[in-house]
Amino acid sequence: MPAPLIELRHIGKSFAGVHALDDLSLALGAGEIHCLAGENGSGKSTLIKIISGVYQPDHGEMLFDGEPVKAMTPIGAIARGVQVIFQDFSLFGNLTVAENLALSNELRDKRHVVSWRRVRRIAREAVAQLGVDLDLDADVERLPTSGRQLVAIARALMSDARLIIMDEPTTALTRKEVETLFRIVRDIQARGISVLFVSHKMREMLEISERITVIRNGKLVASGPTAEFDEISITRAMTGLDLTEAPYVWTPREALPPRLEVTGLAVPGLFSGLDLAVAPGEIVGISGLLGSGRTDFALTLFGMHPHYQGEIRIDGTVVRITSVQDAIAHGIAYVPEDRLTEGLFLSQTINRNLLASSYDGLARHGLLDLAQARRDAAGMIAAMQIATPTGERPVIELSGGNQQRVVIGRWLMKEARILVLNGPTVGVDVGSKAGIHRKIRDLAVEHGLAVLMISDDVPELVAHCNRIALMHRGHFEGVFETAQTSEAALADRLKALA
Amino acid sequence: MKAAALLRRSETVIFLVLLLAMVGIGLVNPAFWQLGNIFSLLRANIITGIMALGVLTVMISGGIDVSFPAFAMAAMYITLLWMLNVGYTGVALPFLMATLIGLALGALNAFFVHSIRMIPLIVTLGTGAMVRGFLLGFIGTSTINIDKMPRQLIDFAKQDLTSFTTEDGSHIGLTAMLLIYLGFALVVHVLLRHTMIGRAVFAMGGDKEAARRVGFNIPLTTFFVYCLAGALAGFTGLLHVSMIWLANPHDLAGMELDVIAAVVLGGASIFGGRGSVLGTMLGVFMLVMVNNSLIIMHVSTTWQRVVVGVIVIAATAITSWRDRKRAA
Repeated sequence: MPAPLIELRHIGKSFAGVHALDDLSLALGAGEIHCLAGENGSGKSTLIKIISGVYQPDHGEMLFDGEPVKAMTPIGAIARGVQVIFQDFSLFGNLTVAENLALSNELRDKRHVVSWRRVRRIAREAVAQLGVDLDLDADVERLPTSGRQLVAIARALMSDARLIIMDEPTTALTRKEVETLFRIVRDIQARGISVLFVSHKMREMLEISERITVIRNGKLVASGPTAEFDEISITRAMTGLDLTEAPYVWTPREALPPRLEVTGLAVPGLFSGLDLAVAPGEIVGISGLLGSGRTDFALTLFGMHPHYQGEIRIDGTVVRITSVQDAIAHGIAYVPEDRLTEGLFLSQTINRNLLASSYDGLARHGLLDLAQARRDAAGMIAAMQIATPTGERPVIELSGGNQQRVVIGRWLMKEARILVLNGPTVGVDVGSKAGIHRKIRDLAVEHGLAVLMISDDVPELVAHCNRIALMHRGHFEGVFETAQTSEAALADRLKALA
Repeated sequence: MKAAALLRRSETVIFLVLLLAMVGIGLVNPAFWQLGNIFSLLRANIITGIMALGVLTVMISGGIDVSFPAFAMAAMYITLLWMLNVGYTGVALPFLMATLIGLALGALNAFFVHSIRMIPLIVTLGTGAMVRGFLLGFIGTSTINIDKMPRQLIDFAKQDLTSFTTEDGSHIGLTAMLLIYLGFALVVHVLLRHTMIGRAVFAMGGDKEAARRVGFNIPLTTFFVYCLAGALAGFTGLLHVSMIWLANPHDLAGMELDVIAAVVLGGASIFGGRGSVLGTMLGVFMLVMVNNSLIIMHVSTTWQRVVVGVIVIAATAITSWRDRKRAA
């Protein structure tokens, strides 16, 4: 057997006394698709940075083609054919596809003068190599995420890559785009280039990779051929916990009117004729492709489409929701898809974020009762199990899962009756995901909240909703009792709509 | 290039708006089209135009510069005092000296922006105020008028490309300084468009972190843009007083607004990453023409400031709306 392309032996790396990586050994074969799995903070990024020469390990050695490498540098890594495709792609939105593709080439050749003819030729070759169709003259920022990813991959391939590291490549892609990506990854492999695929989406890891390595707290906890893994074993390895959960069962209690009922709800051009009733304690999932109108439906409930038609009832009473203030006053809480830009004040403290919507209620004679505010916030931090020593830390220091808890916690402080979650666990790692789901269930059961959960993640919906509505082109295609359907059946229906 | 793509370019749009404005102004005031007016209009482009080339480069890189009028005056005044002191009679060396003083001051901007990671607006506000204060406080406040102005500078700037005498006996000429402006414009265009350092400026303005990762030299690029802006300002300061035969260290205050207005009007993005020399030249022409027409129409100078302010806001609104639409 030939020497592996890269071999890490007993790598250790600490930051300020904290072990980011601890005695980690890993081998990457030539032409192998290898998945690196781990939760946020498990050391995945540190590992990528060590392979790509950004960090130097404190202990251990790294072998390239069987030869030990002393002091890897970013340039040295690139020279050895290591290319990292970051989550943000590191592309230039203001430049054309052609220039984005040719730039690194021009830089490597230490050119001083730009020949636009050469730039186009290089770009054309790069795109041809990938077997895809890209408009070379388009500005990159005009491309969809999948297009930008193709540009990033094409750029990586051009530099005689031998190993391409992809950091969470499927996060912003639709299922169809993921399939295209996988086809390209297999093409890359066929050329003898290795791919290190960093992900926390189990299904995708199992589908694409040949080997899986799971790390937790900087240590290797499992490694082996993909055939030896299944979702449960990966989850267990990643979290150290058994997270398989029973499906959510909802039993109707006394004859209360639905917490939320919409009849004939429509916003011209976005969706029409939506009928749905959600009883207290129900968790109803909404699935559908991007553009199906699911987000606009949520936004209408939250008062962002004031000119809607049809009726919204809350606890049996017709309400008219024409502004966010109305929605909040009626106890509707909305956790947006992009919590980072829509939901949180990142540089502000956790306390302030938690209290952001509650200040009205805390004011006595125009002055804030700060002591009460602090007590309320501390109570919510405990209830939501937000991992922080104090509420006075900025939200930006929290992990994705904890940030999500802050957003949800904020709405609970307002005593929400209806919780609308848009992609509640996008970008959240497995362990936190389970925590958030548990929390949502508790809320539904204990507080009688009506929960609408919008998600791309069909398994997530099947596991945590008692009903699932399928939305397509502004209509509900059907509402299913989760107990009477299956993940596969739903996935098939979704595929049929695409 | 296809017609549709040509139409989408901001330069084309500015050019069409410019043509429309010229026709409109010509209808209101036929004196606009007189050769004498056109010549003086072109002459008025030179100073704003050369400075705009520097500001354009800074803006593409994602920065901003409001210190250049102060730099221009400092470079000009120090150079003139030196010339008068030693009785120097050449032309090339003083311009080189003014350029180098501007470049050194630009390096100061770059140092604060790059090494101390300060916000360019604050840095250049600060260095501009400092340099102007230093100039007036320690070097001098007195105006050097035509009697004391070095003759050779006046003679140099007086050269015309073409000139003739009209029927009513007045003399009109097209100044040769226009060639200097066009020369600089060509150089900056080639730098930005056809050299790697120019592409580094665009890349840095697009995404600084990505530019670093791809391997662009970020410190070098930062120094390049601010030094270029400073050097152009220094040169232009001396050219300006040579053309008006009067060196007043208080001069050009508030000019930064006109220049930034022209650059934004020319389609450059205030967020960086976008802009072109051709667009900037059209923007400068538009701004100068509007000011010029207001003068011919006897509108008071205070109202001219109002108009410039409106142009800055309108042009910035349009370009940022365009940028948002692109990003969406």
